[in-house]
Amino acid sequence: MSLADTLPRRRVRRLPGADGVIPWILPVVILIVWQVACSTGYVPTRVLPAPSDVALAGWKSVQSGELIRNIWVSFWRATIGFLIGGSIGFAFGLANGLSQLSDKLTDTTLQMIRNVPHLALIPLVILWFGIDESAKLFLVALGVFFPIYLNTLHGIRTVDPQLIEMGRIYGMSSGELFRRIIFPGALPSIFVGVRFALGIMWLTLIVAETIAASSGLGYMAMQAREFMLIDVVVLSILIYALLGKLADSASRVLERLTLSWHPAFQKH
Amino acid sequence: MQQSLRVFPSDVAFVPPTALVEQARTARRLPEPSPAFKSKADGLSLTIHGLRKSFGENEVLRGIDLHIPAGQFVAIVGRSGCGKSTLLRLIAGLETPTSGSIGFGEDPRAEDVRVMFQEPRLLPWATVSSNVEVGLGRQRSRSDAKVRAEQALAEVGLKEKRDQWPSVLSGGQKQRVALARALVSHPRVLAFDEPLGALDALTRISMQRLLERVWREQTFTAILVTHDVSEAVALADRVLVIEDGRIAHDVLIDIARPRQHGSADLAALEGSILGHLLSAGDDGADG
Repeated sequence: MSLADTLPRRRVRRLPGADGVIPWILPVVILIVWQVACSTGYVPTRVLPAPSDVALAGWKSVQSGELIRNIWVSFWRATIGFLIGGSIGFAFGLANGLSQLSDKLTDTTLQMIRNVPHLALIPLVILWFGIDESAKLFLVALGVFFPIYLNTLHGIRTVDPQLIEMGRIYGMSSGELFRRIIFPGALPSIFVGVRFALGIMWLTLIVAETIAASSGLGYMAMQAREFMLIDVVVLSILIYALLGKLADSASRVLERLTLSWHPAFQKH
Repeated sequence: MQQSLRVFPSDVAFVPPTALVEQARTARRLPEPSPAFKSKADGLSLTIHGLRKSFGENEVLRGIDLHIPAGQFVAIVGRSGCGKSTLLRLIAGLETPTSGSIGFGEDPRAEDVRVMFQEPRLLPWATVSSNVEVGLGRQRSRSDAKVRAEQALAEVGLKEKRDQWPSVLSGGQKQRVALARALVSHPRVLAFDEPLGALDALTRISMQRLLERVWREQTFTAILVTHDVSEAVALADRVLVIEDGRIAHDVLIDIARPRQHGSADLAALEGSILGHLLSAGDDGADG
């Protein structure tokens, strides 16, 4: 016990439920300022519609069923693309982290592909797949692949070799070594990859949908621009923000469930 | 792991004295428990013959001949880089000898030889009791694994911590969990590689008492590598001083247990061993 431990702890005063409320204070304040700025005419509504107008546009498109359908289409594309790209990236990360042969065989190629901005492939992808579903899935999967691949690989390579030696001494088979030591050791790094990948997933999908799609959130925003429906454009942007936050929260929950052993995730 | 170790018949009980070994006298055997109480957990004797180990050009061990009777507590001391840890790793089967052989009195099972390192090497993502279960080796899937882990934890006085994560334990507690993990399979040879090196002075002393207690209760053969000569003389029946890859001195510590920390006898022995070590260092043999 160090001297610091003997000092009385600074008590943080906590209001009940405050932890859940505090992060939302800033977004709400921004909304209010925005509304006031628009209502007083400080910001012309042709530049930026008032939040109330955006909400109204949202309500209308919910009623017509268009919004829900577009969100659903985008969500589906994001999920499927993420699963495909993520599992391939994870598989390559595992293979190259565990096998030197596999690493020598594929890593150089993968690093070369990684340095091509995947959105630069859009023209090529449109030529290949048209504006079909597969075009979007391909782009999302490609974008998601690299963060997951790199972080899985990094996680496996940085597992403490002393722990692996310990596992060998205590007679663990290769399967057990992986299950009990290598995979849990790589998990924090894999989660970093997942959170990066979630960001890239939305980015890729929205760009792909604005350029080549006939449904989805990005398409909805593009259509709105064509008809000068600026409230719908802003609505789409707000929905991206919410979906991004949702995906991030989901990965945080998963992190908290699986990394409860990690000092950084323990409640004090 | 043990396949690489040649097993001697148990009647090969001594090593012929060589010029390299100052004293190859067989150290005092501990009073053997009567046959009726002889359980599987009794120590294994250990015979090392002409052991050499090189890493590339660098010859770390240059011919070690040694017999350790079953149940003896042997401490190995020496300057850093003298090869003491390599000797321990060879005994534990973590390295293969360049030449020579290491034989146990009987064919050991994988669970019979255990090592405890300077670092606890606990799995941070496993609870304390699952960490101890790792020590059961291939028996860890058996139904009594949990009970045995709990017994081992009780032995080191940490039963109430069984559901905690290792990250909340202190350094000494982690090392006690590592000890429980090493003990849970009831090993017959337990090799310690400076297990107390990273602990503070008071924790060290209580850990030394704990080590001595479990060694007396479980009667395994203990091999302790340490750079702390006072620790060596306090715990061991016999202290081996390694210099330049050879056993330079083989000292019996014939002092009754429990030993009083800081007693005059221990201090005298400690002084003479330290004298050996320091005089060797003045010859430029520092590693």
